[in-house]
Amino acid sequence: MVEERNLGDVIANVIIWIVTALLVSVCILPFVAVIAKSFSSAHAVTTNQVGLWPIGFNIDNYAFLMREKSFLGAFGVSVARVTVGVVLNLAVIALTAYPLSQDHLHIPGRTVFKIVMVFGLLFHGGLIPTYLAYKSLGLLDHFAVLVLPVALNIFFAILIINFFRGIPRELSESALMDGANHLQVLGRIFLPLSLPSMATVGLFAAVTHWNSWFDGIIYLRHADQWPLQSYLYNQVTQQRLQGTLMSSLFHGKDDLTFLKDATPEALAAAMVMIGSVPIMLVYPFVQRYFIRGLTLGAVKG
Amino acid sequence: MAGVISLTGRTPGSVALSEGYAEQKPAFKVVWRQHWMIYAMLAPAAILLILFHLYPLWGLSIAFVKYSAFKGVMGSPFVGLENFRRFFEGPDAFNVIRNTLGIALGKIVLGQIVALAFALTINEVRNALFKRVAQTTTTLPHFLSWVLIGGVMVEILNRSGIVNRAIESFGFNTISFLGDPRIFPYTMIGLETWKEFGWGAVIYLAALTGINPETYEAAAVDGAGRWARLRHVSIPGIAPIIALLACLSLGYVLNAGFEQILVFINPIVFSTGEILDTYVYRVGLLTGEFSLGTAVGMFRSVVGFILVWLSYWLADRYANYRIF
Repeated sequence: MVEERNLGDVIANVIIWIVTALLVSVCILPFVAVIAKSFSSAHAVTTNQVGLWPIGFNIDNYAFLMREKSFLGAFGVSVARVTVGVVLNLAVIALTAYPLSQDHLHIPGRTVFKIVMVFGLLFHGGLIPTYLAYKSLGLLDHFAVLVLPVALNIFFAILIINFFRGIPRELSESALMDGANHLQVLGRIFLPLSLPSMATVGLFAAVTHWNSWFDGIIYLRHADQWPLQSYLYNQVTQQRLQGTLMSSLFHGKDDLTFLKDATPEALAAAMVMIGSVPIMLVYPFVQRYFIRGLTLGAVKG
Repeated sequence: MAGVISLTGRTPGSVALSEGYAEQKPAFKVVWRQHWMIYAMLAPAAILLILFHLYPLWGLSIAFVKYSAFKGVMGSPFVGLENFRRFFEGPDAFNVIRNTLGIALGKIVLGQIVALAFALTINEVRNALFKRVAQTTTTLPHFLSWVLIGGVMVEILNRSGIVNRAIESFGFNTISFLGDPRIFPYTMIGLETWKEFGWGAVIYLAALTGINPETYEAAAVDGAGRWARLRHVSIPGIAPIIALLACLSLGYVLNAGFEQILVFINPIVFSTGEILDTYVYRVGLLTGEFSLGTAVGMFRSVVGFILVWLSYWLADRYANYRIF
């Protein structure tokens, strides 16, 4: 980079720093405000004193949530969904990407398969036909509806296909020559070589599963089956907008009155934080690796 | 340039590989004996595609009947395009389509401008640590669901939230960001831009990093100042990416952001906040107007598909981009 040291350059640097710092604050401060509220006392929250720093620091809201069965249940569903969902995603992606990346093999019918796949990526039947289809498949109200329909993630599969294509053909050919079958080539050669890419796609799939909520609220009619994000949609945003915030959570919880600093508002803030923490832990890694894949696809063309 | 998406699947790197095997076509029996495992490997994906992508398409026929859950699709009377007519001649169509296009276009334009401006700004930051911190923090909102963002924003955008308290302290009137029909669409555009600009900048930054540093040095030797280098080196350097994203954004003009709107919409702002996707959900699924909902959803799917296809075609034609 070119280095200059004159007055104009110094002023430019200051402006650049201020603009960048401003945008960073705009992204971070809303979360700081929510964290502050989740740790504040009931009095400070109800009298609306809390800004960016907790007032009357306490952990009653979190303690309340740790005793709230509906919340813990939803958290458990999310963990199960991420675990099962990601394993399924990766297995299907690996099995699908290998045949589609071996362009030199003559496989009749493969082009039709690819056309259907791209079509599936770009065209959706729409909400109601999909709902009725899942209903007739008997998937409604089953945990499977959260993981099976999205088991084949076409977008991630295409990323891995493109990665597999870069693996030299000689490797698979010599292994096949020595008597290995395709599954062994995939397991012993392709997967070890693509471990970083598969890990990235796995993390991304985990984030996607963790964040999904709409499928929960339409395909599962019993709220106790919902993953955390569907639960939060119902408890936090909907009831907050309608002003009936979580009175149900407090109803009949007289044994929890010792948690005197738990308030509906701050409880919502605490829930949002617990829902965000897993993402905040993994996204810096996801982001760094995914940028490579992203730019590879886009710049290379 | 062959097709939009190269279905015979040859990446530039594998040109040499396509000779030999592909040219001679052995009988299927021979292929099967040699490669049956290939078919076995594709089987799970094939089943998933059939069950969850092709089978639901059958349900589109509901759009052409007067559906009743008791009679089923086959037993319901065929009404042709009546459901489409009912939507387009009904009182909601104009508002819903206007809201969809307006919110989507606003998001595309503002989002791309802010992302580009942020990328160009952060590219001028020379402190590597500050640069990395700024990049990481601004991409955080992209990775959080709209439910979580909704929880955060409902907190800080309401009448007594910190944003309105800041506005009040400057002596202005508070703003009802989520409860005023005139403001709601702009809130949606603003929030989407806030959530995505950091992530959007990532791709521009990658392109900026790809510009040869010697170009900047040569420009500096020729007397170009910082501003001139920005205008005559940086921006031309990423022009292809700008063109590519402009082409691809065509595929998003019906995509006003279903999950976002669903999180924030409330009856007060239906007139300006309802989009095609939420309309299908609310009228179709929640109130049980299955035929009307399917018709509107089908309209949205078909037009959306054409737009995405067109955007890929443009991207291939003018920016040399392929997904496959």
